[in-house]
Amino acid sequence: MAELGHDATSYAPPREQPEMELPHSHSFWTTYVFSQDAKTIAIQYSVTAISVGLLAMVLSLMIRLQLGFPNNFSLIDPSNYLQYVTMHGMIMVVYLLTALFLGGFGNYFIPLMIGARDMAFPWLNMLSFWFYFVSVLVLMASFFVPGGPTGAGWTLYPPQLISEGTPGIHGGVLVMMISLGIFIAGFTMGGLNYIVTILQYRTRGMTLMRMPLTIWGIFLATMLALLAFPALLVAALMVLLDHLAGTSFFMPAMFSMGEQLPHEGGSPLLFQHLFWFFGHPEVYIVALPAFGVVSDILATHARRNIFGYRMMVWALVAIGGLSFVVWAHHMYVSGMNPYFGFLFATTTLIIAVPTAIKVYNWVLTLWHGNIRLELPMLFAIGFIFTFINGGMSGLFLGNVTVDVPLADTYFVVGHFHMVMAVAPVMTIYAAIYHWYPKITGRMLHEGMGKVHFWVTFLGTYALFYPMHYLGLAGVPRRYFAYGESSPFIGESVETLNAFITVAAIIVAAAQLLFIYNLIRSRKHGKEAGPNPWNATTLEWQTEHTPPTHGNFGKELPVVYRWPYDYSVPGAKYDFIPQNVPPEEVEMADEGAVRT
Amino acid sequence: MTITLVFLAALLAFFLGWVLSRTVNVEPWVADGGTLNDRLPEILTTPRIALAIFLAVASSLFALSISAYHMRMEFGHDWLAIPSPVLLWANTAILVLGSLALQWSWNAARRNDAAGLRRWLYIGGSLTVAFIIGQMLVWRDLNAGGYYMTSNPANAFFYFLTGLHVLHLLGGLVAWVRTANRERAGASPEAICSSVELCTIYWHYLLVIWFILFALLLTT
Repeated sequence: MAELGHDATSYAPPREQPEMELPHSHSFWTTYVFSQDAKTIAIQYSVTAISVGLLAMVLSLMIRLQLGFPNNFSLIDPSNYLQYVTMHGMIMVVYLLTALFLGGFGNYFIPLMIGARDMAFPWLNMLSFWFYFVSVLVLMASFFVPGGPTGAGWTLYPPQLISEGTPGIHGGVLVMMISLGIFIAGFTMGGLNYIVTILQYRTRGMTLMRMPLTIWGIFLATMLALLAFPALLVAALMVLLDHLAGTSFFMPAMFSMGEQLPHEGGSPLLFQHLFWFFGHPEVYIVALPAFGVVSDILATHARRNIFGYRMMVWALVAIGGLSFVVWAHHMYVSGMNPYFGFLFATTTLIIAVPTAIKVYNWVLTLWHGNIRLELPMLFAIGFIFTFINGGMSGLFLGNVTVDVPLADTYFVVGHFHMVMAVAPVMTIYAAIYHWYPKITGRMLHEGMGKVHFWVTFLGTYALFYPMHYLGLAGVPRRYFAYGESSPFIGESVETLNAFITVAAIIVAAAQLLFIYNLIRSRKHGKEAGPNPWNATTLEWQTEHTPPTHGNFGKELPVVYRWPYDYSVPGAKYDFIPQNVPPEEVEMADEGAVRT
Repeated sequence: MTITLVFLAALLAFFLGWVLSRTVNVEPWVADGGTLNDRLPEILTTPRIALAIFLAVASSLFALSISAYHMRMEFGHDWLAIPSPVLLWANTAILVLGSLALQWSWNAARRNDAAGLRRWLYIGGSLTVAFIIGQMLVWRDLNAGGYYMTSNPANAFFYFLTGLHVLHLLGGLVAWVRTANRERAGASPEAICSSVELCTIYWHYLLVIWFILFALLLTT
């Protein structure tokens, strides 16, 4: 305690990195539209992603209306139905989840949480958003091209993708591939930025092992994405060549309408390998940032340090690495050597080990914690439930013998919606409720938030849990109607389908309440103050709320501790921000120590 | 996928080693006086790291394309190897010279030799353009000889891989033009040394990729 009262920065080494030069904006256009401020770009990314996500939600309602109440809606014919299925999947996975977690959260949190003024390459960052925006516009254009968007499913398998009879084989496929190409180019610019910024622009004292787990999640997910998206790009380029130039990368010899097509000898299996080589890591591109965000929110709202921080980091790395060697478990029924199936089943089940480490550590973080059931916490705990649930059914599908009868049934739909739709979306809500006060300076409305949580949490269970039973009953997915197989499907299935549709409509309505809350609280929310949750990480310690251009005041913060100093024994307050030096920690009076 | 997996395994091994070296003996829960530091070595400047990451992404793209090449050869039974035009050898020589020229340009920049930098920079760029024209001639000759893209998967892959390589060179030329513009506007060798360096490394990388692709085309 001898040095108490010293200037906090006097004993820290000088900055190794020269001070960043920020591009200053002078007009409306450069401040709000072509902004190079990562925070503005983050909001642009998020608003675009959420808007397009709402559209995908509407598409899912169209799918549900047809399934729940078949043939009552003249708007939905078999072609439309397949197009809705395809666009719903593609938008949700790529244009909402990937863009929101990495483009939205990445841009907002990386500079603020590591104590940087901005991204390493602000101009490239701006370009990244505009590429994303254009890719979304191009994708939307597919609704207006002749024939509409492609209806081959988000997995885009050839030969069906470009064969006569599938909706949207002319304009739709072309537009989809171009949009994906633009998205990947834009993402590569953004991803480069995130990694370089995390490696080079951490402030003094912010070592790798003092980074909040959110940053670790985004860091590793970006690496996965940078290495996995090229697989999709290669596949998309080859599909375009097959479609436009008449090559035979993926297209086998085929007869269509009595005519032989120009293709010969191509391998649809090759496409599946390429697609899933991207597709499986994509699951973790979404999941790893979610893991990170949940870890930080649980620690903050349980007032307890995250259990097993190092293990959490290694588990993230392990999951990231393993995610590249499990892709063929999506192809058990596509025809493969049985030994391959065994190999991929094994690697798939091994992923359960690091994942279980994470789940146990989350639960142990809550153990004896001073849990505050604030809105972000509710959603974070909701995430744990849905993630465990979806993960468990993943164990079923990971085994070849169980997967074969369940493949392409509603069991699969139930599984991946639990693990990869509801779980990440829970995290997104947790994050928005948690960080909205920092981003806008105001709290979201508590009552509306609670309604939103309970309807979403229970509603999604009502929505996706019964799908597992439908799958076990053998109901196939992606069918517009069951036609002549109806007698085998059973009446209970129809009742259940109607029930699921009603649940879906209720859940969708709750999301509108959330959007209203977002807009309303922007002006009328309760003032939040700089640090409403008493959190330790750097973004809560900024001079201004919301943080201004450059994030921190004159001096960048210096980091003295990890981000999980909650309820430190002997300290006066139950949190010590990362930028408080050991000498300045206020101690509690004797006898008044809270544990 | 073997080639891609080998590439990824190498990358992952490197990354794991790096992460473990910085995380194993660390006690993250211990606070200190703000002196902890685990910056990367100074030689890894921000532009160099950015280029390295971009090269990893490009490598992933090429590794996957080569994997697809092997798999298509294995899965289909209609593969007819394409002859390797003699012109490809000449193009290879031109690309090697282009890479060397840029290396000399970079050397000159480090010596602060403005004249040498300019000379070799322009020679390097011109040789690259010559290589691209040479590749186009190869495509034209093959087409004239009846080796159409659609007639055989081997042909399709030949055009695909060489096209992908040329596209990467064109991207490099954009960076090259920007560097040349700065040089013309009177930037000192010191000021554009970093840009010339990045171009040079990228050119060497694409040369290595070309060697790999050329070897692949010659041996299969």
